[in-house]
Amino acid sequence: MQYFPFVVVAWILAVGLYGIVTSRHLVHQIICLIVVQSSTYVLLLGVGYVTGAVAPYYFDVKVHTPAVDPVVQALALTDVVVEAAVTALLCSFAIQAHKRFGTLDPQELASLKG
Amino acid sequence: MDQLLAFVVAVPLLVAAAITAAGPLLGRRRRLLDAIAILAAASVAVMLAVIMVRTAGGDEVYWFAGIRPARGAVIGIDFEAGSLSAGLALLAALLVTAAMTFSWRYFQRVATHYHTLMLTFLAGMAGFCLTGDIFDMFVWFELMGVSAYALTAYRPEERGPLQGALNFAITNSVGAYLSLSGIGLIYGRTGALNMAQIGVYVSRHPASQLVVVAFLLIISGLLIKSAIVPFHFWLADAHAVAPTPACVLFSGVMVELGLYGIARVYWSMFGQALGHRAAISHVFVALGVLTAVAGALFCFRERHIKRMLAFSTISHAGIFLTGIALLTPLGLTGTATYVAGHGLVKAALFLCTGIVLHRLGSVNETWLHGRGRHLRVTGVVFTLAAFGLADLPPFATFLGKGYIDDSAWAHGLPWVMGVFIACAILTGGAVFRVAGGVFYGLGDAPSEDAEMAEMASEETSETGSDKQRTPLTMIIPPALLVACAAVIGLITQLGRAVQAAAIRFEDQAGYNATVLAGAHIAHPVAIAASESTGITVTDVLTGTGSAAGALVLACLALYWRRLPLLRRGYEPGAGLTAPIQRFQSGVVNDYVTWIVLGLACLGGVLALVVR
Repeated sequence: MQYFPFVVVAWILAVGLYGIVTSRHLVHQIICLIVVQSSTYVLLLGVGYVTGAVAPYYFDVKVHTPAVDPVVQALALTDVVVEAAVTALLCSFAIQAHKRFGTLDPQELASLKG
Repeated sequence: MDQLLAFVVAVPLLVAAAITAAGPLLGRRRRLLDAIAILAAASVAVMLAVIMVRTAGGDEVYWFAGIRPARGAVIGIDFEAGSLSAGLALLAALLVTAAMTFSWRYFQRVATHYHTLMLTFLAGMAGFCLTGDIFDMFVWFELMGVSAYALTAYRPEERGPLQGALNFAITNSVGAYLSLSGIGLIYGRTGALNMAQIGVYVSRHPASQLVVVAFLLIISGLLIKSAIVPFHFWLADAHAVAPTPACVLFSGVMVELGLYGIARVYWSMFGQALGHRAAISHVFVALGVLTAVAGALFCFRERHIKRMLAFSTISHAGIFLTGIALLTPLGLTGTATYVAGHGLVKAALFLCTGIVLHRLGSVNETWLHGRGRHLRVTGVVFTLAAFGLADLPPFATFLGKGYIDDSAWAHGLPWVMGVFIACAILTGGAVFRVAGGVFYGLGDAPSEDAEMAEMASEETSETGSDKQRTPLTMIIPPALLVACAAVIGLITQLGRAVQAAAIRFEDQAGYNATVLAGAHIAHPVAIAASESTGITVTDVLTGTGSAAGALVLACLALYWRRLPLLRRGYEPGAGLTAPIQRFQSGVVNDYVTWIVLGLACLGGVLALVVR
């Protein structure tokens, strides 16, 4: 078992969370959220990867050739779709915030009245 | 009719797609759109009622495309319906129907995407309840989430909704991704995504730290969704600004779905593997009690009615978590009954608040003082619902609370009952204070000031204000919901039936056999001895007592100026405002910090407990 991918996962997750916590700009914050999600891609691919295996096509290879796990790529793909929906929605909120209130700073937005 | 389970999510999703596609064609014929959406939601409710009754004797499993498991390995995707999961989905469908009926006259102009979002929200909630696959659970969770974020920002031209939606979306998305990480880890360990198959694998292999980490990560998203302290900050921001019909769903059922998810995950996958039942029980009971107390305190000092109801939901979420965390059939029975009663009553309260907003153009209790006297019917419904919230017999809330208290008592936690009575008095008292002040003009009239007028005009564009009449479509849904909550509490066999369903829900081996081998479990094995579901004198006394206490507290809050003990010029809770605002800052950065801190602490405690 290789630990390296999981160290990367933890690092990306931590960096993303740190970014969200310290961000002073909504777009930056949304991108940090994407970074948090990216850690799940690495995790899923790390879980499914098999050293020395082929892609799971099962065409023109010998029977019993090891292949990487095909399920995780389906999971990662679904994950990408979810991310696209969430990011698009969040970006539309950010655009609205900028249009209406002229600020993208979460703290400034919170202190506005009305 | 096996396909009924699939129709429950297929119908709202297909109708949502159809009305989006046909939106430009329908044009100004809004009533047609309303009618189609209400019909779709109502038909889902009927289907779920049928499923709930049918599964009373044993769970049902539906395999999509008929791909069944072979020799304990699952390739297909399943829906697993028991009475509890179908019942919770039924509550969701009922509330969507009521909210859609309410919005018939509520919004002056409504866009097609409102109906679409409500229906996808319903599909997400129903799918989340029924799914038997952990990854699908995440997908339904996100479908539910995205619909809810968009509904919160239904009026994106104002600051409040925009900011509430941003906080809601970012905190819940962080939670969802943490859950997904947990799902990835458990998949890496077991090679399975089906909850039953994972459950069989992890309980047969020696427990490892990885299982604990996966459990913590998976429930983290659900804890955030269910607004457990310290993950609750987003809730008040989102509830206070979402359109009223959406609030009904957020408070009435979405928060409870998060708790349902925790219960499902624990009892289908991790229960046997984690072991240490007593210690885990204590950790989550502590979390639940903390949430109940914090929510109740915040609730009582709130003057914005929607925010007040939101904090009351947090308090109740704590009580629900405690009921689940007792890990007894009776505790889960209590939570299930309480969730049903609370969902109906809370929805009625929100809908009445919507009527107040519709007629008077404000939801600020201080400004509204005495201005709602002419809303007689609304006042009566609101007051009845407030009695329900304060656990007065015969509302279902009283039964649920009674069962949780009984179970806690039987398991050596008698103080839980006292804490919960105090919480009920605080939340009930706050709502009675609103009822007395707004609808009956009781208490001393507050002094008007400029800040108050500004706060009163905070929410006006949701609905045109100063309407002369309350439309029937707005008052009938809350009245029916309150009546339902009372009638459910009067069903004599309710406790026994729900406890049977709860025992089935907690029987992990039975769940696994039902899903993996298609077994029909007529007599599930109870994890703890089933307890009497009879209504004891203590239950009636505590229920009546907390309602009476809430009334007294409300009177004190209304007439506090006449109390000889308090010096003049003293404002109750005035000293608390600053520290509370420091917590509830409205800045999402702080909320995510709390989430990270809370998870680190919870993870540390769990790692110490499960060794």
